[in-house]
Amino acid sequence: MLTKINSINDLNQVKATYEAELAQYKHQILLCSGAGCISCDCGKVRDAVVAELEKQGLKDSVKLIETGCIGTCALGPVVLILPERTFYVQITPEKVPALIESHIAKGEIIEKYTFQDKLTGDFIPCIDDIPFFKEQVRIALRNCGAIDYASLEAYIANGGYYAAEKALTTMSPKDVVDEVKASGLRGRGGGGFPTGVKWEAGYNAKGERKFIVCNADEGDPGAFMDRSVIEGDPHNLIEGMILGGYAIGASKGYVYIRAEYPIAVDRLDVAIAQAREAGLLGGKLFGTDFEFDLEIRIGAGAFVCGEETSLMASIEGQRGEPRQKPPFPFQSGLFGCPTIINNVETFANVPAIIKDTAAEFAKVGTEKAKGTKVFALAGDIVNSGIIEVPIGTPMRRIIFDIGGGMIGGREFKAAQVGGPSGGCITKENLDVPMEYDALIALGAMMGSGGLIAMNDETCMVDTARFFMDFIQDESCGKCAACRIGTKRMLEMLIRLTKGKGEPGDVERLLELGKVVKDTAMCGLGQTAPNPIISTISNFRDEYDAHINDRRCPAGVCRALTVFEIDPDACLGCTLCAINCPVNAISGERKSPHYIDPALCIGCGVCRDNCRPNAIHPTKREVL
Amino acid sequence: MNIKLTINGIPCEAPQGSTILQAAKLNGIHIPTLCYLEGIHKFGTCRICVVEVEGARNLQASCMVEAKDGMVIHTNSKRVRDARKVMYQLIVSDHNQDCLACDRNQDCELQALGRELGVTDNPYYGEKNENGIDISESVTRDMTKCILCRRCVSVCNNIQGVGVLNAENRGFATIIAPAANQPLGASDCAFCGQCTVVCPVGALKETSHQERVWEALNDPNKYVIVQPAPAVRVGLGECFGLEPGTSQTGRMVTALRRLGFDDVFDTNWAADLTIMEEGTEFLQRVKAAVTGGQAVLPMATSCSPGWVKFIENNFPDQLGHLSTCKSPHMMMGAVLKSYYAKKIGKKPEDIYVVSIMPCTAKKTEIARPEMFNDGVPNVDAVLTVRELGDMVKSAGIDFLALPEGEFDSPLGMSTGAADIFGLTGGVMEAALRTVYEIITGRELPWPDLHVPPIVGLEQIKEATIKLEDVKPEWKILEGFEVNIAVTSGLEGARIIMDQVKAGTCKYHFFEVMGCPGGCITGGGQPRPKDIFEARKKRMEALYAEDEGKTLRKSHENPALIEFYKEWGEPCGHNSHEYLHTHYVPRGKYNELSEESFVVK
Amino acid sequence: MSEHTECCYCAANMDEQAKYEQIAKVIDTYKEKEGSLIMVLHSAQQIYGYLPLELQKFIADRMGLPLSEVYGVVSFYSFFSMTERGRHTIRICLGTACYVRGGKKLVDALEEKLQVKVGGVTADKKFTLEVARCIGACGLAPAIMVDNDVYKTMSPATLDSMLNQY
Repeated sequence: MLTKINSINDLNQVKATYEAELAQYKHQILLCSGAGCISCDCGKVRDAVVAELEKQGLKDSVKLIETGCIGTCALGPVVLILPERTFYVQITPEKVPALIESHIAKGEIIEKYTFQDKLTGDFIPCIDDIPFFKEQVRIALRNCGAIDYASLEAYIANGGYYAAEKALTTMSPKDVVDEVKASGLRGRGGGGFPTGVKWEAGYNAKGERKFIVCNADEGDPGAFMDRSVIEGDPHNLIEGMILGGYAIGASKGYVYIRAEYPIAVDRLDVAIAQAREAGLLGGKLFGTDFEFDLEIRIGAGAFVCGEETSLMASIEGQRGEPRQKPPFPFQSGLFGCPTIINNVETFANVPAIIKDTAAEFAKVGTEKAKGTKVFALAGDIVNSGIIEVPIGTPMRRIIFDIGGGMIGGREFKAAQVGGPSGGCITKENLDVPMEYDALIALGAMMGSGGLIAMNDETCMVDTARFFMDFIQDESCGKCAACRIGTKRMLEMLIRLTKGKGEPGDVERLLELGKVVKDTAMCGLGQTAPNPIISTISNFRDEYDAHINDRRCPAGVCRALTVFEIDPDACLGCTLCAINCPVNAISGERKSPHYIDPALCIGCGVCRDNCRPNAIHPTKREVL
Repeated sequence: MNIKLTINGIPCEAPQGSTILQAAKLNGIHIPTLCYLEGIHKFGTCRICVVEVEGARNLQASCMVEAKDGMVIHTNSKRVRDARKVMYQLIVSDHNQDCLACDRNQDCELQALGRELGVTDNPYYGEKNENGIDISESVTRDMTKCILCRRCVSVCNNIQGVGVLNAENRGFATIIAPAANQPLGASDCAFCGQCTVVCPVGALKETSHQERVWEALNDPNKYVIVQPAPAVRVGLGECFGLEPGTSQTGRMVTALRRLGFDDVFDTNWAADLTIMEEGTEFLQRVKAAVTGGQAVLPMATSCSPGWVKFIENNFPDQLGHLSTCKSPHMMMGAVLKSYYAKKIGKKPEDIYVVSIMPCTAKKTEIARPEMFNDGVPNVDAVLTVRELGDMVKSAGIDFLALPEGEFDSPLGMSTGAADIFGLTGGVMEAALRTVYEIITGRELPWPDLHVPPIVGLEQIKEATIKLEDVKPEWKILEGFEVNIAVTSGLEGARIIMDQVKAGTCKYHFFEVMGCPGGCITGGGQPRPKDIFEARKKRMEALYAEDEGKTLRKSHENPALIEFYKEWGEPCGHNSHEYLHTHYVPRGKYNELSEESFVVK
Repeated sequence: MSEHTECCYCAANMDEQAKYEQIAKVIDTYKEKEGSLIMVLHSAQQIYGYLPLELQKFIADRMGLPLSEVYGVVSFYSFFSMTERGRHTIRICLGTACYVRGGKKLVDALEEKLQVKVGGVTADKKFTLEVARCIGACGLAPAIMVDNDVYKTMSPATLDSMLNQY
């Protein structure tokens, strides 16, 4: 049983005990229990492993460890076996007996269960040889997928809480602020504001009470970085917040997590309880006079609460409506007290900075942005999942080397970076370094790290409409700019996708977008028009095609599209006809098929099912 | 300490802590606004007042952002003008634009702003807020005109502490409504109408009684009597462009007569009557308390129907504290349809009583079943000051050119005590003038018949009056110290009632007026540019009316003395039947809910 | 007969009463904590299943807040429901990744299968059907969440096996 941890000796002892325990085992089986793998029934795999170890009499020589997200979410459930570092993917309970018998008992790797490179077809058994992992540098995610997420001892054994001990017993709050400043860490939640500068403002702020708040209301569609950190390494967040609280002089912290992440809430809740029990939260820490405790506040389904002033309103139990800045939260924040808000990934970097020094941290990254950034890869990309790379890594490397390229070998068209507030990067700019200023220069933004790759079957007008639909639905309604502006922009985009656009609509969208950016009260509204502005500036021809030709070049906007079959390419396999929901396709087996444009609803199911790629969108003639 | 900044190239100074808007105003630079209301509402929703601050990435809402030393600001650059224009167009695109059929036509802040900004077209259109119109007895709420500035939410929650109106839903679906968009009439709204004073457009307004009054005036079988409340005479002039606090008693009377009313009486007469009834009731309660009898103290005034509804909703178990007196205009109505009807040989149902009130709650009050006698309502219609102004204009009466007129007799005669019924502290002061003299035989121990501790606009005012050298018949009260308090605005009422409920209240008698400042800034008064200034000016005007009168104590009103000779004594049989009432313990949600659970 | 119905009615009522008492306890435990309305609403929804106006009145009174403020908060957040919910909540993700990869088709298929529109409850009260903004399972698109479980790479054909688990 854990006793109270009060000193570095206590930490050393916990570490030694845990390491000694692990050393008893010949193998460790690391089973990914990230959200992705859970949805692939990794629980059943775990049960099968336990049963099989028992059956084969191996339970004393193998330690089964459930970890946080390893990163390859599309391949779950995944298993990493140590010390060989063999990475098995898509493991089912049925595969487990063979796996245990072969790998553990006989020491023979089952190659066909390991990672397969989609391009070469080669199996790559060792995790360190897989390009997806090879290119990554892990700081925020250093424990994710590497340790038992539910074990405080494991976290300590991996160097956890040493930073808190070091800061509290050997550094002044100002020292911590200075160290974070020196590290060059910038906010990972969107704006990229230097964390040390923010903390300094919090440190200097006068107030009887101060608060440190973690923004874990990760709501961008296509982003799940914070979720992975909390689920896979909850103590890292806790330690980061202790350091933040110490630096600014707050004895209370709040973690605001969205309700859509129940697993993250549970795991953090457990970790907070563990930390309290060990004396690492809830009172004076490490024998100093510094008191600190954390409370979880759960969001209730409002994207705008990711905006810091709305988030504070929500913690206060109010409608999640933003407040005018200035005053900034460090001046008057939560309950009117000085408050510093950072996102999960930002906090997750701090223990490493304090423990290993700012200089060490600053070794990676670019001149103006140090360290690494976690990205969530999604969309039409092969290796969707979570990655962490040095800031400044070119996008091409992320999408094609780490991400494995586009699914089905389709052509890359654009990537949406920075969520609904961000912008798109086109193939001409694939070599852009993923770094705050470079992305802004291209009309996108780093955002929280969502990266959605889109292939050539994507309509950019429809994509803009999708994001505007999202933002308009999530607008809080407080200020007229966002409430009515996003509504009118959405209505215009819908008219475009329905073929009802009028000349001048693009100019009106741009004018409205400019004003909404310029006048909206909070960050949500100020960035709401970005996807429109970005898609217009990069894909103006698609907008013009929708307005002037009443045509959707990508064949996505149904009202403008019918599909047709290239008779020379059609094999007559009948798959399209079988799948057509409205029986618009006719033709004899093994001879070219035909789509009746009067019946075609433009859904594209035929195209999705066409193996020779013989089906193409074309303009719907208005009858 | 002053800060220095540059606005539109002009060097400016402003006190530290000013907003950009305030700093600009101080230096003679006008920035257009819409949602902002100085001293009442600062919320930043409309984005009309945006300005360019050098160094700032976005335009800044000047009503919210503090002016800083060294700031360089542009309030009229192209960027700012374009943004304001688009913002205006957006706001209008979600408004029903039915201006010609709106009673705020040409008195609408949104309309005026469009003109000011020079907007002549609107490229934006689409879905609009399509909520229905909610008509309660007092207030009509039309969300198709609402621009979500939320001024009403501020007054309802922060100033009045009623909390009936709030924003609900999210984004484009946001509306301002009582919980669950229930009708106002089914909510715990006090109907103070303060929301109708601040609403910049036609979304919140009094429920009109103009049509029914025109109908009565045109009905040859109706004998139509009108009575204006004390505060009407210091508000009405503003409907015709006069400065706040310009008394218009004489012209008002002439205007009413020209509108066709058969008698023009004065609610002031009934205010004197109220003092006699309420003063007597208070003395009876005190006497009972001192002699060990049953009496509920403190006693609270009951002239303000918004306050009455508030206490019925929020303190339903404390209704015994309310004086049983009807409010003055209801007493007047009851007297007109009984005593006066007999005098002129009319049946009560042939008499139609119209009250001109600075109040919206009075419209609900006249519909209460307790406010009926002999099967007819005491009062048939209530017009706000704003409505009277509209009717005068619509009748083609050139108000400012009118000669001064005089009230009809006998129920048009009143004392100075009645005038001050229209402002906070006035009812209490009027009551003390009479009660103190009844007990001691002397005038109040302050100069000029005023009670200085309860004069002014503070939220809660209090005083203690020691009764010494009393008349022999009141010797049981010798040395008794009467603790009184005065509050206006329902937030203050809640503070006192919380004490009453907790049993810690030290007062014997307190006055509550539902609107801050009292009826001078009631929910039915004209909408001033600066409510604080108007309140002060109207207050001064009413005190001047009082001080200008020879008779300033209710019990000296000769018409009243005559009346009581026939009517019987105050709080006597007739009074109880016609002039006093009872209250309904409504509870917060009794009008909403079927059942609720009690959990200890 | 009357005895029987009365007994049932009484039991149902007791059940309600017990839920209210439980909610009252939650409110009391949060009394010390600042700004806890949203946490109380979460718990109340968990206990009662949804947040009808009657329950909101109870919460408003016990916390000393105007009902309009409580209602304003409940109606702001999409996680709070004011109508009765099914025993399980199906949330079809329509985040970018899921939308791009066929989330809308899942909506159509489930509406058809369950005979209920998005936002509604099935006739047997088993499921509430909702759509969600990104549930953070983009690597698994299109995804569906049933209560707290995520189902990945769904297609109309795999819906039955998912539904059969409930």
